Amino acid sequence: MSDVCIVGAGIHPFGRTEGLDGMDQGVYAVKQALADTSIAWEDVEFAFGGSSASGAADTMVSQLGLTGIQFINVSNGCATGGSALNAAASAIKSGEYELGMAVGFDKHPRGAFNADPAAYGLPNWYGEAGYMLTTQFFGAKIMRYLHENGLSTEALGRVSEKAFRNGAKTDHAWRRSEVDLETIMNAPLISDPLNKYMFCSPAEGAVALILASEKKAKELGGPMIRLKTSVMRTRPPGSFEVFAASIDNERGGTATELAAKAAFEQAGMGPEDIDVAQLQDTESGAEIMHMAENGFCPHGDQEKWLIEGRTEINGALPVNTDGGCLACGEPIGASGLRQVYENVIQLRGTAGEHQVPGDPKTAYTQVYGAPGVAAVTILQR
Amino acid sequence: MGAQPIADNLFTDDNMTALVGARNKQTGQIFFPLPLTPNDNIEPIALATRGTVWTYTVQRFPPKTPYAGPADPVNFKPYVVAYVSLPGQTMVESRLTGVEPEDVKIGMEVEFTAIPLDPDAPADQQIMIHAFQPV
Repeated sequence: MSDVCIVGAGIHPFGRTEGLDGMDQGVYAVKQALADTSIAWEDVEFAFGGSSASGAADTMVSQLGLTGIQFINVSNGCATGGSALNAAASAIKSGEYELGMAVGFDKHPRGAFNADPAAYGLPNWYGEAGYMLTTQFFGAKIMRYLHENGLSTEALGRVSEKAFRNGAKTDHAWRRSEVDLETIMNAPLISDPLNKYMFCSPAEGAVALILASEKKAKELGGPMIRLKTSVMRTRPPGSFEVFAASIDNERGGTATELAAKAAFEQAGMGPEDIDVAQLQDTESGAEIMHMAENGFCPHGDQEKWLIEGRTEINGALPVNTDGGCLACGEPIGASGLRQVYENVIQLRGTAGEHQVPGDPKTAYTQVYGAPGVAAVTILQR
Repeated sequence: MGAQPIADNLFTDDNMTALVGARNKQTGQIFFPLPLTPNDNIEPIALATRGTVWTYTVQRFPPKTPYAGPADPVNFKPYVVAYVSLPGQTMVESRLTGVEPEDVKIGMEVEFTAIPLDPDAPADQQIMIHAFQPV
């Protein structure tokens, strides 16, 4: 089987862009990625793509060119981008194709995601009585996690503080201003213990990645960024997911734990081998839980790590170097691919102001979301 | 017509003394609420009325639709949403009542009750939802 390399990466800056719909931003990202690879759209043999709220990805051929390309739409909730990448990588590994693309884009209205109980198999009373809010789930989940692991709410504030500090240095980020810890801790609560600086917002943005076989990547000549593994997993029994009217007394593992374990096995590496990591931070608590679920630190050590600055850009394991979802916002279809984009520029050494020092060689991404899905990638230069 | 439950098949009886859960006859797993569509493998079961708070959060802003309770941003009163562990059964997502958000503790003992979705509605028009209160 051929190794798969990421030979080009393009992004439409995250945030709010008046006058451009989600699909337009997707097309913009594709053009950036083609230019980055020094290839033409006609050279791309296949594509996988998706969005949650901005239409069918394959229709972007009308803007990019009617080359007759195989273009398959992916719809996998929060793992849409990760699944598109996974499928594109498989198509190359199989030997069927040499050069292809994964693209994700979205544009969501302001405010929390609106959800319809029936779409989740729930009775109407669940929404009428005031339970149909993703923010409640995040609050309740991290409330328990902090309690079980002896962590303080200040740890949540430290994650946000770092996110905004990194976002301020990142061109593609949405939130570009630092916020100090005291301001964060004194902000109004949204869903205890999480306050308004601790949640990411639905947003807009797009990412496109060009993938190639090892042979093709050598021909193209750029830096060899190898996609060592790309894994997607669904939840095991006893996980704690959004919109659950009940959960089992007996607690179980998580989709992230399954994906992380499989990814490290496939890559022949362990958490100690990773130089930089992008971890799902829908809210501050998610980054904290995911530091442990991905195996980077024991449960309960996160606050110590944050206080010691181990996850800062110049720390032992930089986490969310572009400010993550907290600073970039979350366009669902694009979010997982943004993490990979960030790792590509980190491994190339072209991240500029937010570049991780020390010439990083390995980079990790993890996305997690509804309804209990996780996707992990490991890149190596 | 007096106060009405927010939905059929939610409470065990007209006095709303307990919640109706679901039991999978093959696996023994108990969950809540009853599925929307009938299933031969699922039987209704009365859920326990005493339990402990496993975790909780506070809804600090008025929810958008489909929320049917009072959502006026000026007078909105934050409410506590908890997962209450019912021994040997399941953990039920439920509002807590009779306790201020600041006083809720994980591990707190609570008992079942029913409360009006809008306490300011006339008594004969009240819609009742499930809740737990400190013992």
